[in-house]
Amino acid sequence: MSNQTRMNVTVTEVVEVNSLIKRFRFVREDGGAMPGFSGGAHTVVEMDDNGTRRLNAYSLMSDPADSSGYEISVRRDDSGRGGSLFMHKGVKPGMKMVISQPVNLFGLDLRARKHLMIAGGIGITPFIAQMAQLDSLGHRFELHYAARDADLCAYGAELSARYGERLHRYYDVEKQAIDLANLLKTQPIGTHLYVCGPKGMIGWVLSTAQKMGWPKGALHSEEFLAPPVGEAFTVQLSRSGVSIDVGPTQSMLEALEAAGIDAPYLCRGGACGQCECKVDAAEGEILHYDHWLSDDQKAAKTHIMPCVSRFKGERLVIDL
Amino acid sequence: MSLDAPFKDPFFRDESFFGDYSYRNSPHAVKRFPFPFPEDDYMYSVNMEPHVKGRPGSVFEHYFDVDEHYVSEMRDRARVLEQDPLRCQSLPHMTLAGWDLLELIMEKFAEDYPHWFSLTKDGNRWHWINRPLGIDQKFTFLDESTLPYGPFEYITRQAQGDFTLQDQREDNLWIEAGMVTSQADWSLDFDIGMNFHEWHAPVPLAHQMGIFDRALKFLLALQYGAPVRRFNWTMTVDPLLDTSPENYPKWGPSKTTMTPETIGQRQHLRVELQTLIRLPRSNAICFPIRCYLISLDDLVTQPKWARRFHRVIRGLPDELATYKGFIRNKPMILEYLARFDDGAPTSPGWWPED
Ligand code: HEM
Ligand code: FES
Repeated sequence: MSNQTRMNVTVTEVVEVNSLIKRFRFVREDGGAMPGFSGGAHTVVEMDDNGTRRLNAYSLMSDPADSSGYEISVRRDDSGRGGSLFMHKGVKPGMKMVISQPVNLFGLDLRARKHLMIAGGIGITPFIAQMAQLDSLGHRFELHYAARDADLCAYGAELSARYGERLHRYYDVEKQAIDLANLLKTQPIGTHLYVCGPKGMIGWVLSTAQKMGWPKGALHSEEFLAPPVGEAFTVQLSRSGVSIDVGPTQSMLEALEAAGIDAPYLCRGGACGQCECKVDAAEGEILHYDHWLSDDQKAAKTHIMPCVSRFKGERLVIDL
Repeated sequence: MSLDAPFKDPFFRDESFFGDYSYRNSPHAVKRFPFPFPEDDYMYSVNMEPHVKGRPGSVFEHYFDVDEHYVSEMRDRARVLEQDPLRCQSLPHMTLAGWDLLELIMEKFAEDYPHWFSLTKDGNRWHWINRPLGIDQKFTFLDESTLPYGPFEYITRQAQGDFTLQDQREDNLWIEAGMVTSQADWSLDFDIGMNFHEWHAPVPLAHQMGIFDRALKFLLALQYGAPVRRFNWTMTVDPLLDTSPENYPKWGPSKTTMTPETIGQRQHLRVELQTLIRLPRSNAICFPIRCYLISLDDLVTQPKWARRFHRVIRGLPDELATYKGFIRNKPMILEYLARFDDGAPTSPGWWPED
């Protein structure tokens, strides 16, 4: 990524939202205005985690019309690789960081007659920005937000206060569940459906809608995978002949970058397709974690997505 | 807005792009003409490079190039729109992208040409001054009722070149707004609502070469803050901006009336400087298509361009000359250009004296 697509920022606020989530506010170091953005966009935050460079994508949750700063919320993942732990433990107000310009892989379809949104847990964040944008444009929307309990239903009360009837909250502990079939049945023609949350929820919502005959173009989802941890492995690059070691808590993309290779990416979460690499040889098993490649491509071992996928075996050679 | 405002700044030429065709390039404009051939031959390719500021004086000096033809070109646009309002269309969901573009043009014009344009903002209350066109407008950003046209039409009546806006969804781009009055024989009214492969369907060879697949993949990932640019080119008889299919009966026959005596003045190389820009609030992609015209007589004043252009036309596949609409006059053009090609080698790149 070039310098034009990155911004130097200062952390101005770190707020503990609940026992798992912290919110961060960034303003530009040079005091300038942040670019406007579209609801659903994310930014990639660069971290220097004790010498390991990590880049994690987080949805922007501030009002897109607010050009004074950007806000993200980060859920702590105690068993993960450390990106979220670094944000929780290492990032303090006043710190200087580098973030990317906004990128949107979960855009609103402004042709929709109505926007029906379904959020699970931390999946609420892109919707906060989307609702602010839709509200100012005067579009019709409705959000159904499921969380474990009232405490983990981050921003739930504020959003209800702001949007009233348009917001519906569901708590697992109280055995409240979204009546999806009924909800989908009663939508006006021209409604678009958006879902962001855990993998299971996304699968459930999309497959239910598909079974009920919703057109593919009206279904939108976003799931960022955090790059999974795994065993260390080595990857050979066929064009340069270099071999690169990938550590257990490092993604292959991060290992390439650490070796000075400018590999393409956008989402760093197996969703956008930008990092796709041809595989020249794979003696062993490719652990495909992305949702970009087709099942056939995965089985054929012809391609790999270095942002999330790993390898287990004798020898992996990629076309880079 | 008042397009009859007197031409106060003598920099801007008072000229026409139809009828008596008084359009001319000053010697300065000839020197800075964006000659699009870096090599002695030409074929379609995914020719995109970062749109960054380039050599002072060149068309790359500023984000948007405002040149000596600005005022007359805007008058020509108003004339074409009056005859055919469908040259400007914006589907309802593209209004936000129109505001994005309005902001971009106003900011860049004011930043790059402060002596001609100014923009002051007080929250959403904006004040725009366009001195060359005699416009002084106070309005509320994002409130259409405060402008005489929708935001897209309002601003593209004040910016040279055609503009289209593409919505991005379902891993494709959809052309859903456009201001198209200086086009190389394609129709917005026909293309509106199409996707990337659909609107490119008439182009020969490039589909099979995989060019459109690669270009689309690149564009879907185009990032805010990192615009790119490319050139396209064709040939036009007489300096007519509006070579539209709608008006083909009016300009098509001109191809049959060119003679070896008039070809140097009448045959023009038509170059489009195209930029691709990710817009912030709408996530749409904006595609400005800026048209530059140069007569062969003016082109051959630069010896490197004369030699190279002869070789490009000589080697061009007939499919391309046919698609670009000059196959009929290709022999006459070659005969004219051959006189300026002594076979000497040309230096790489498009700058005339490098
Ligand atoms: C997203 C913005 C773009 C728009 C709206 C656009 C639109 C068009 C249109 C309307 C035509 C004329 C087709 C006809 O004959 O009816 C055309 C031609 C063409 N386009 Fe694009 N285009 C875009 C981007 C690109 C890009 C990125 C490439 C890069 C390879 C490209 C390559 C071409 C080529 C090679 C032709 C044929 C031109 C000629 O030979 O005169 N276009 N385009
Ligand atoms: S960077 Fe998006 S899939 Fe790998």
